[in-house]
Amino acid sequence: VRGLLKFLPSLCWGGEPAKLVEGFFLAARNPSTILRMVPLPTKTWGGIAVLGLLVLATAPAAAETFAISGGTVALGDGSEPIPNGMVVIRDGRVVAAGDVRMKLPAGTRVIDATGKWVTPGIVAGFSRLGLAEIDLGDDGADDTSAKGPFSAAIDVVPAVNPMASTISVNRADGVTRAIVAPGAGSSIFAGQGAVIDTGADMRPITAARRFPFVELGEAGADLAGGSRSSAHALFRNALREAGELSRYTPSLQSGSREPDERDRPVIRNPNESRLYRSDVRRSDDVLLTRFDAAALVPVLQGRQYLLVHVERASDILAVLDLKKEFPNLKLVLVGVTEGWTVANDIARAGVPVIASPLNDLPGSFERLAATQSNIGRMRQAGVRVSIGMINDDDTRNQFLERQYAGNLVGLSRLPGNTGVRWGEALAMITSAPAKAIGMGSEIGSLAPGRRADVVIWSGDPLEGSSAAEQVFIDGVEQPLDSRQTKLLQRYRYLPRRELPEAYRR
Amino acid sequence: MARGVYFASLLVGAVALSGCAAFESKGAPPVRINADPYPSTYERYPGAVTVIRGATVFDGDGNRIDNGTLVFGDGVIQAVGGPEVATPAGAVEIDGTGKWVTPGVIDVHSHLGDYPSPGTASHQDGNEATSPARPEVWAEHSVWPHDPGFARALINGGVTTFQVLPGSANLFGGRSVTLKNVPARTAQGMKFPGAPYGLKMACGENPKRVYGSKGSMPQTRMGNIAYTRATWLKAQQYKRKWDKYNRNGGEMPERDLALDTLMGVLAGDIIVHNHCYRADEMAQMIDMAKEFGYKVGTFHHAVESYKIADMLAREGICSAMWADWYGFKMESYDGVKENIPLVHNSGACAIVHSDDANGIQRLYQEAAKALADGRRASMNISDEVAWTWLARNPARALGIYDKTGSLVVGKMADVVLWNGHPFSTYTRPERVWVDGAQLFDANNPEKRPVSDFELGQPGEGDVK
Repeated sequence: VRGLLKFLPSLCWGGEPAKLVEGFFLAARNPSTILRMVPLPTKTWGGIAVLGLLVLATAPAAAETFAISGGTVALGDGSEPIPNGMVVIRDGRVVAAGDVRMKLPAGTRVIDATGKWVTPGIVAGFSRLGLAEIDLGDDGADDTSAKGPFSAAIDVVPAVNPMASTISVNRADGVTRAIVAPGAGSSIFAGQGAVIDTGADMRPITAARRFPFVELGEAGADLAGGSRSSAHALFRNALREAGELSRYTPSLQSGSREPDERDRPVIRNPNESRLYRSDVRRSDDVLLTRFDAAALVPVLQGRQYLLVHVERASDILAVLDLKKEFPNLKLVLVGVTEGWTVANDIARAGVPVIASPLNDLPGSFERLAATQSNIGRMRQAGVRVSIGMINDDDTRNQFLERQYAGNLVGLSRLPGNTGVRWGEALAMITSAPAKAIGMGSEIGSLAPGRRADVVIWSGDPLEGSSAAEQVFIDGVEQPLDSRQTKLLQRYRYLPRRELPEAYRR
Repeated sequence: MARGVYFASLLVGAVALSGCAAFESKGAPPVRINADPYPSTYERYPGAVTVIRGATVFDGDGNRIDNGTLVFGDGVIQAVGGPEVATPAGAVEIDGTGKWVTPGVIDVHSHLGDYPSPGTASHQDGNEATSPARPEVWAEHSVWPHDPGFARALINGGVTTFQVLPGSANLFGGRSVTLKNVPARTAQGMKFPGAPYGLKMACGENPKRVYGSKGSMPQTRMGNIAYTRATWLKAQQYKRKWDKYNRNGGEMPERDLALDTLMGVLAGDIIVHNHCYRADEMAQMIDMAKEFGYKVGTFHHAVESYKIADMLAREGICSAMWADWYGFKMESYDGVKENIPLVHNSGACAIVHSDDANGIQRLYQEAAKALADGRRASMNISDEVAWTWLARNPARALGIYDKTGSLVVGKMADVVLWNGHPFSTYTRPERVWVDGAQLFDANNPEKRPVSDFELGQPGEGDVK
């Protein structure tokens, strides 16, 4: 199976000998061969990449084999767009994309994208999408941050509402996945974040409990009682408490068999009871609840990513230093306005960054060195950068990410500024955020085997004036209507009619 | 007469009240009130006579000139036309081939200076949230001239003029001020000469939340309206006293700074800028204006203007809007991305506004999005007409259209040269002139303002 998957790209790319194309059809005619090639397209996906083989019963209801041809195809992997390209999709996964010339089985649906652009769906790099219907002052409409007794154990999953109007608005603009983090309510530890899709169904979770999110800059200082020193002490203490509990967690030997259910009690759900029995002894001076401490065990063991919000250069370095103390940490930095001033350190540490792209104001004393060239400079230093929107209408405006990315391209034309290439900019809102949390093999690009999250745009997607015309998630075409489109229809023409506006829908 | 005496100096800028017209008739009042006690001290900076050739010109009035020529000098536009326009002797000539020229972007809704960067607690100077009616406060008295946001708006957004408004915590937030985007040591040094004052009013959620949560009026939308009407009643009474005094003399009425401002609105000298999201509330505010005899100049935010665009066209009221903000509060829940073109299409005055220190840097991109959304909804609007949303319309809303807002001979030379089509996300201002003085040049690091606050800080003088 693995061999076939490897083989597939060369099989499908243009210019390859005809017999290889023939090979594809050989496979295509034998359903069992194809099915084994394609990883499991289940919608929920645990913290560790365990790809099962396809089971027919779990295939998305409306998934099919189809192709999109004639459009300008951008793969999302950092490469530049390919004119007159093709994307082939089968059973919710990408089979081939790019400069592909492929004969398709008779009867295959082919979508003509001539004059259009085709890209992977936008992956919102850092968001609170699906957590709030309305942000300000409306009880029950905002579920972003909790002020209850728990912290690290808080799990964003039950808060995500796939029917939120914000999800339909962003889906209609080509946002197909989002990294969703809780907001920090009463602790530096905000809780466990997830990856979601924006599909019009009731199963939004792609990866539950993918990472905890922690505030270690100015916000962290406030939450910790007024100083960064306190925040760092709280952080270290929390990992100490997690370390205590980890003695009760079956260890994961490197190079050993794949973990089974019993090996992963915590990462599956920190709110499960396994580690909280009374025979699990703890020190007397603990600050965290058992739930919270247990939720950090996989972070300590390097089995989960840790997203850390920092902006100031010295805060960035302080977080990078944590790796010396806790070598298994899989850090991802979020925000990182002053990252360019310490870009070499970030690059050397190999820590990915989910940056706020257009922050250029010294909005606080932790962002004095703000410049829109931040991302370009970090990129030049070799930092793995993607785009996120922390505290920037992060519950609802993920559709702005492509405009932000376009602005970074624009900077590359301005003397003295440092921007990024077009292909890189697209990658920063597709594959790069996925890779930052270890999901690059699943989402964010049009490489063979990836989930078929594909958008057909009216034009260059990094232009704000372009729009998504067709959106597929896991190969399933999505509705693009929303409250907004319905309001437009209702009020497009105002002259009085036989019945009030309320009858128009 | 009251109007003339009281506000004449507003119209002539910093010029002191002169002449004794008020004393000529018998019984005229012995005391005249200085209507402009904090006058503009702005003076334009020098600039060479400049010619830009070969660019595509959007003139801000809805016209487009391909292969256009723009000549400006002595602070004003001197000629606009095609390649036939002659170059004055000694003029600096700039090749605009492949580039675009527009009038400077005007933002009618900013809090720069009043909510500056850094946004520390001690910098929260935009809402005098101590009473629902605070028309006595003036935004200019909160403006910190060293806000780093001014320069960002200039160099990234091509913004040459903007209005700083008080916030919307209050039903009457106070007077606004219109500023030239030219760095200065004082707020007076930025004040747009001759621009009329505005009054910030607010309906909806904010006032009732701020005061309702304190257990005081207003706690409801009906409370908002009642409190606002009661305040207008006081203003009418105050104006009657002053009208009588100005007509007949006698003992001078006691001055009230709050009612001074409202009297200015009733006299037609101060423009009402009304923060209002919902269509139904805008309709209430229109009736209120008629009840008390004033006019709403512009509804700000106006997220539901599209529902009553016909009414707004009929009433001649502008809407200052975002391209795609929605849902951040209940009263913005019905935001649609076609709001701006729908308002325009109905014949009403549409304006793209920011209300945001970041958004002000990309108003041209916001207009581009709104325009594209409008075209997809089969509204046929040209690029050059859409540019009126950033130029003519906001200039009219601020009462400065006779001075700026379009590239017309004799108007202020507030000009942006863009390095590409200004409705593209890839485009940035290449050069910006205010009153003919070149204040930004992307190719010259010396032509890049650095605020006091940023001196000696990390990133001083960096590109932003």
